[in-house]
Amino acid sequence: MKKDKKAPSGLRKSVQVLPDVLRFLRPYRALTLLSVLLSAISVFLTLYLPILIGDAIDLIIDKGKVDFEGIVPLLVRAAVCILMTALVTWIVTTVNNKITFDVIRDVRKAAFSKLQRLPLSFLDKTPTGDIVSRVISDVDTFADGLLLGFTQFFTGALTILGTLFFMFTLSPLIALIVVVLTPLSLFVARFVSTRTYEMFKAQSETRGEQTVLIDEAIGSQKVVQAFSQGEALQEQFDEINERLVKCSLKATFFSSLVNPCTRFVNSVVYAAVGCFGAIAVVGGWGVFGSMSVGTLSCFLSYANQYTKPFNEISGVVTELQNSLACARRIFDFIEEEPLAPDSEDAFVIENAEGNVEIDNVCFSYDKNRKLIENLNLSVKKGQRVAIVGPTGCGKTTVINLLMRFYDVDAGAISLDGKDIRNITTPSLRGSYGMVLQETWLRSGTVRDNIKMGNPDACDEDVVAAAKAAHAHSFIKRLPEGYDTFIGEGGAELSQGQKQLLCIARVMLALPPMLILDEATSSIDTRTETKIQKAFATMMQGRTSFIVAHRLSTIREADVILVMKNGNVIEKGTHAELLCANGFYAELYNSQFARCSNL
Amino acid sequence: MSISARGIATSVLCFFLITIYKNKKLWYNILKTKTEVQIILKQLFLHSKKYLKECICGPLFKLFEASFELCVPLVMKQIIDRGIGEGDKNYIIRMSLVLVLLGVAGLISTVIAQYFSAKAAVGTVASMKSALFRHIQSLSYTELDRVGTSTIITRMTSDANQLQNGMNLTLRLFMRSPFIVFGAMIMAFTIDTKSALSFAAVIPALSVVVFGIMLLCIPLYRRVQQRLDSVLLHTRENLTGVRVIRAFRREEAEVSSFEGKTEELCSEQVRVGKISALMNPLTYVLINLAVLVLIYTGAIQVNSGKLTQGDVIALYNYMSQILIELVKFASLIITITKSVACEHRIEKLFMTQSSMELCENGRTPENVGNIVFENVSFTYCGSPEPVLEDICFEAKAGETIGIIGGTGSGKSSLVNLIPRFYDATKGRILVDGVDVKELDLDALREKIGVVPQKAVLFGGTIKENLLWGNKNADEDTIEEALNASQSAEFVAKKENGINSLLEQGGKNLSGGQRQRLTVARALVRRPEVLILDDSTSALDFATDASLRASIANLPYNPTVFIVSQRTSSLMSADKIIVLDDGKQVGLGSHAELLESCSVYREIHESQFKKEGEKI
Repeated sequence: MKKDKKAPSGLRKSVQVLPDVLRFLRPYRALTLLSVLLSAISVFLTLYLPILIGDAIDLIIDKGKVDFEGIVPLLVRAAVCILMTALVTWIVTTVNNKITFDVIRDVRKAAFSKLQRLPLSFLDKTPTGDIVSRVISDVDTFADGLLLGFTQFFTGALTILGTLFFMFTLSPLIALIVVVLTPLSLFVARFVSTRTYEMFKAQSETRGEQTVLIDEAIGSQKVVQAFSQGEALQEQFDEINERLVKCSLKATFFSSLVNPCTRFVNSVVYAAVGCFGAIAVVGGWGVFGSMSVGTLSCFLSYANQYTKPFNEISGVVTELQNSLACARRIFDFIEEEPLAPDSEDAFVIENAEGNVEIDNVCFSYDKNRKLIENLNLSVKKGQRVAIVGPTGCGKTTVINLLMRFYDVDAGAISLDGKDIRNITTPSLRGSYGMVLQETWLRSGTVRDNIKMGNPDACDEDVVAAAKAAHAHSFIKRLPEGYDTFIGEGGAELSQGQKQLLCIARVMLALPPMLILDEATSSIDTRTETKIQKAFATMMQGRTSFIVAHRLSTIREADVILVMKNGNVIEKGTHAELLCANGFYAELYNSQFARCSNL
Repeated sequence: MSISARGIATSVLCFFLITIYKNKKLWYNILKTKTEVQIILKQLFLHSKKYLKECICGPLFKLFEASFELCVPLVMKQIIDRGIGEGDKNYIIRMSLVLVLLGVAGLISTVIAQYFSAKAAVGTVASMKSALFRHIQSLSYTELDRVGTSTIITRMTSDANQLQNGMNLTLRLFMRSPFIVFGAMIMAFTIDTKSALSFAAVIPALSVVVFGIMLLCIPLYRRVQQRLDSVLLHTRENLTGVRVIRAFRREEAEVSSFEGKTEELCSEQVRVGKISALMNPLTYVLINLAVLVLIYTGAIQVNSGKLTQGDVIALYNYMSQILIELVKFASLIITITKSVACEHRIEKLFMTQSSMELCENGRTPENVGNIVFENVSFTYCGSPEPVLEDICFEAKAGETIGIIGGTGSGKSSLVNLIPRFYDATKGRILVDGVDVKELDLDALREKIGVVPQKAVLFGGTIKENLLWGNKNADEDTIEEALNASQSAEFVAKKENGINSLLEQGGKNLSGGQRQRLTVARALVRRPEVLILDDSTSALDFATDASLRASIANLPYNPTVFIVSQRTSSLMSADKIIVLDDGKQVGLGSHAELLESCSVYREIHESQFKKEGEKI
């Protein structure tokens, strides 16, 4: 009951999405019109056929009383009608497919190009899976449901009206009987589906519970085995499984009653038409008028056809609602506020000097939780800045701000004296080479991945970059060298290898400034030493920002920023900070705490 | 005349059966991807045995319903021939009531059939899932690596659900539709052989169209699916790699590559659409042309007095029934194909057996702390190169053993051999002087506390998580573990302390907190061997140092294995094993190794640039 009250407002809300849908349909106006027109023709032809056949049956009366001269032209006409129906139906389906798939494609394109223009603040807080399912499955459901659903609805409604029209012209009273009885099947379907709603909810809840358990137990199966927890989890699993069997059985059984029930209503309608029709033919009860056997047969086939669109429509309505909800989700995404484009007079930076000023910057992801406050820093060309501090202190955030993945809340960051908000984003980001904590590789060959740094690079450059990043030797050992295909996320490679590839990518780009976020955390120290030699060459004359836990990595920095809770609490060189004997000194000494015990 | 007609009918029927059989073979070929067809449904049959009664009753009652449905045109014929022919109104009403009764009988049989089918499908799949869950617990790490956890999860969730739906539909419809198609044809033959010939002709033609189009479409649909997957992958990659893409200013290139992929998908979809759109018009033409032929031959038969008008209408009705059922059957076949594929995937998981041979009546080890590696080599399944070669060392109870080496040098693999997560490919591992393969696996693992590299916690309270280590642990033990792992402080700060709820995977804790709790979980069992597999990477230096100090001072003095990349974490170890590319290149104390092992020295110097500085 509660659900019913809610439905209209939900429906109204989802109907608001229609203008957006129509906007995407506009290029296909002509096709849509054609589809509607042809559907109407196909419905008419389909309904006309039983009349022709009925007429033919009327000419087959009894032994020696068959009017062949009358039948043949009727049959010829029927044959033409059949072929035309088939042709028209095929065209309608093809046209509908074309519209649907093209709209899907257009919506996906729009969504994807939107994705590239959305602020990271949106992308970071929206789960990846959610956006993926909007772009993939929601678009499918929306297009299938709304477009195919619409045509189904349209032809269904037309069939009902057409059938009514033909039936009323043939015999109003019997038509009336059909009209009175058929809504029964709608009622039955409605009755069953409202009853089963709760059962399905229970089923999907229990199923969800089971999925969570499976997710945990299987996902971390190694830990489960290490602690021999298999038996305990099996008990939990079986308990949920038992409950699931019960709700599943209920939901499956009761929902499967819709079909038999409506079919039963159909057979009652069929019997009624047969009964009253036959009596009318006999001419028994005057009110029913007289009727021929052929008309009766035509009625019988109508009675069969007539209820079908009702069932379809009742299915379509829920589907439509569902697809409107999906459309809402996808259009919400498409209409999400994009990043403001770079202003016309924004500077294009080429070969940045690398003087970075951070002036009184405040920033937080969540307005209720302050993070960076009044951060000041002046970095001269070619300096190395190391950022250290405990997890969650805001180190990565500084990088987000430098690259303008996020805009500052207050204050300003400038590069070579220009506020970075007045620099075109591509040229700003192009000035930095970045290796992030979370290594990201795309599915493609090793070469493709390195070439992301510079798509125009030639093969020699790629190899040179890989050598500089000490990735060449392991790449060579891969089955197909540089042409080895890496799956999504680079699953076949070790964390360290992935990081080496990311470094090679930057080596190939050779931008004027560098950002290294925990770049070497997964690489063993010997490889790291080699990489750092390479980095040292690369960092020569380049402004670099390095985030790392390891003190050895940052000892040679020109400035060390020690951050805690979003604030820079200490600033200076390694020696200065040790002398100051503050938080940095504490961190540094703790690494050797145990050694001094020796 | 009639005899030759029958001959033709039989031969057409044979052709039909052959077509069906051929289609079936083709259908099987699609399914038979890698394994033998014979065992393809083994587990399904095994588990459905418990529901044998339901599995038989479901289709059986469906057949009753179909039989009632087949009677309808006959009754209608009576109404027309006798009721109308003789003008007998009472007869018409009586017969109409018979129609309603047939409807009621049909309804009752279907309800019973639906119940049995649902019960059989739900029950069978649930039983399979439970068995599968148990089966997975029996797999060793080797198989888990090979199959992959995400695959297993898909098998247990979406594949199982799809199988359940498929089985339910199969039980309900698989028998019914062919029964009606054949039944209608047989009924037609009982009415009039000559007229029924058009049935015998149209059914094979319809089957060819329906199954032909389906077979044409299946590989095309597979291609659509591949294209869709690539669109999906592209979208997901652009989300996970958004920073990199923006940093390298690849937005435009990504958009155009995405557009290319959607274009491909779209044109592939349109192509399948064109073919599958043929199905309805073609079947419509076939069946209705057959109706016309039927009426014409019917007219001839009526004219010669062999048939009545009612007969012609009954034949016409049977023809209509066939079309509806055949289309239903075609879509059922698609569902079945999908579910059989799901079942097959589940089946393959069942066939994966643990490669680890468990020792019956294995010995219970006494002093697990004494561990000896004798020329141990280890190769991961499917990998050509060994990850560990010829490892030899001895750990005495209470010692601390450090393991150091580069990325991929085999450090984690080495410690994973101790609790026998994997079996050594060569050499022996002796625990208390006995080969681990001869020990009782559970008893062995019970005495070892493992802290894996990836900190994994489970949904539930902190306490529940800790009790994984030892379900009988008392308050004191738990407190001791919390203190030693440096977790006591942050746990106490939580609103409900040790009874605070953790989300799945412990997501509501920071990485460092998770790591400390995984250490605590291992300590709760007061293990004789403690394995720390680079498990303090997320801790800051100060916490890491205090953690190491308190582990060194544990009262029960376990043998500790520490895997690390930092020499500073290992300096105080009794022995350090230095691994380089799977080979043991050094063994000894910190001081000894600095002297003798160049690899170790190199590692150490890379971390402590100037020798002697402040050490």
